[in-house]
Amino acid sequence: MEQIFFVLLSVLILGAALMVVTTRNLLHSALWLIAAFFGIAGIFILLHAEFLAVVQVLIYIGAISILIIFAIMLTRRIMDPQQPRFNSQWGLAGGFAALLFVGLAAVVTRVAWPVATGVPPADAIQQLGADFVGVYAVPFEVASVLLVTAMIGAIIIARERE
Amino acid sequence: MEYISNFFVNLGNSWTSLLSSFLPTWAVTLVNYLVVAILLVLMPVIATLTLTVMERKVIARIQNRVGPNRVGPWGIFQAIPDAIKLLTKEDIVPQNADKPVFNIAPLVIFIGAALLWTVIPFGRGVIGQDLNIGVLYLVAIGSISTISVIMAGWSSNNKFALIGAFRIVAQLLSYEIPMVLAMGAVVLLVGTMKMGEIVELQAIPFALVLPVAFVTYILAAAAETGRAPFDLVEADSEIVAGYFVEYSGLKFGWFYIAEYGNLLAVSAIATTLFLGGWRGPLAGIVPALGPLYFIAKSVLIVFLLMWIRGTWPRFRIDQMLGLAWKVLVPLGLFNFLWIAAMIKLPVHILLQWALVLVGNVAAAVVALTLMGRAAKRYAAQRGVAVA
Repeated sequence: MEQIFFVLLSVLILGAALMVVTTRNLLHSALWLIAAFFGIAGIFILLHAEFLAVVQVLIYIGAISILIIFAIMLTRRIMDPQQPRFNSQWGLAGGFAALLFVGLAAVVTRVAWPVATGVPPADAIQQLGADFVGVYAVPFEVASVLLVTAMIGAIIIARERE
Repeated sequence: MEYISNFFVNLGNSWTSLLSSFLPTWAVTLVNYLVVAILLVLMPVIATLTLTVMERKVIARIQNRVGPNRVGPWGIFQAIPDAIKLLTKEDIVPQNADKPVFNIAPLVIFIGAALLWTVIPFGRGVIGQDLNIGVLYLVAIGSISTISVIMAGWSSNNKFALIGAFRIVAQLLSYEIPMVLAMGAVVLLVGTMKMGEIVELQAIPFALVLPVAFVTYILAAAAETGRAPFDLVEADSEIVAGYFVEYSGLKFGWFYIAEYGNLLAVSAIATTLFLGGWRGPLAGIVPALGPLYFIAKSVLIVFLLMWIRGTWPRFRIDQMLGLAWKVLVPLGLFNFLWIAAMIKLPVHILLQWALVLVGNVAAAVVALTLMGRAAKRYAAQRGVAVA
């Protein structure tokens, strides 16, 4: 049963991801990206990580995708399908993308991923919350400082000049 | 009598045993899931059929009119001819519209409205699925509607629709924060995100413990559902109807259903989080009363939102965003810190709640005083007389 859902979700994710990079219409790309995010949320549910699934929907679909759509809508002429698809840096970008893929593939295939035995705890979320402000308090706070820095930077860039 | 007293749970049990007499276990589970899913998906439709009539009646009374009074006694069947009218309208897709996106948008908004009902507890044990992340789930599902609004507004190839979509995103993103802070206040106080458990632990309705959070939630809910005075999204006098201006027929109907489904859903969430859900006199002895209390309280909140809609003028966008960012968010953050400090005090839980209430009232008084001063300053600057 879970295998079937996993295959269906994988097809959805990979198909949607393929559409993101091939479709000519940038807004359609963004919408396909949302479909891919939904598929990933589904995978999280299959893995009994409901919290991650909901956060995936909340942050990736509710916030990041909307930001992407806004960026697309507010950029002039970017949605015109007549625009050339490549600029002078396509070779360099393709090279780095291939390098990244090789690197990721090497890591994914070589590392011996630890597999947990037994069933996941029913109420993992309280443990997660306690860990965020306990064991992992420092990385958690550093991440929020990073976000504040990004926000201040955005405000300074967008500020009107007196 | 025993059967009646816990009617809804017993009905479910009888249904399950009836099915298992001739079906294997997995089929019983499947059928039960399907039945519950269909019932919950129908909730927005039920909300539309009942609340449209109620809304028209209530608004009519506020505006000193009679309202619909032709179909059925007191016009209560008005929604049925309305639905037939919608179904028989021509389906128009504007030229140069982005067809697939244009057609999917109404479905997406309806899915968002229907999924909200999964975690809403109608009574003890009468809940679709008591997820351990219930409150967070509601927030996440609520963000889906933003996507569908952008899809609808952009694909219509109409500038009014696009302006409406831009406005609603600014509005939804701004009011999501005070809403989450208000819901988070309740979660912090009870220490669980399970909707069912929040009701169980609510010895006193939290509207009396967290009045600031309750008012914030109601205001944010009015904004999230795009209702007056926060209806800039579909301000008829400015941008015709906003993001769904190009839709007709059943596709328009989906937006309509989602709107009223969301209205009832936010009222049901407010009931669950702040008004004690299905709790009420005798509900402990006769659990079947629970869903009735729940519906009565939800309809009360719906009435409150209609009342606000009928009596307040529309905000300007800067006033609306200012209210969210300068008033509701600071209040919510203060509330959060105050609750976090109070629940760590080594005193009885009721005393903790009393202290939380004191902090809430103090925060409300300070906020209202500051707002009054700001209003006076504003009036003095522009030479407007202050009542």
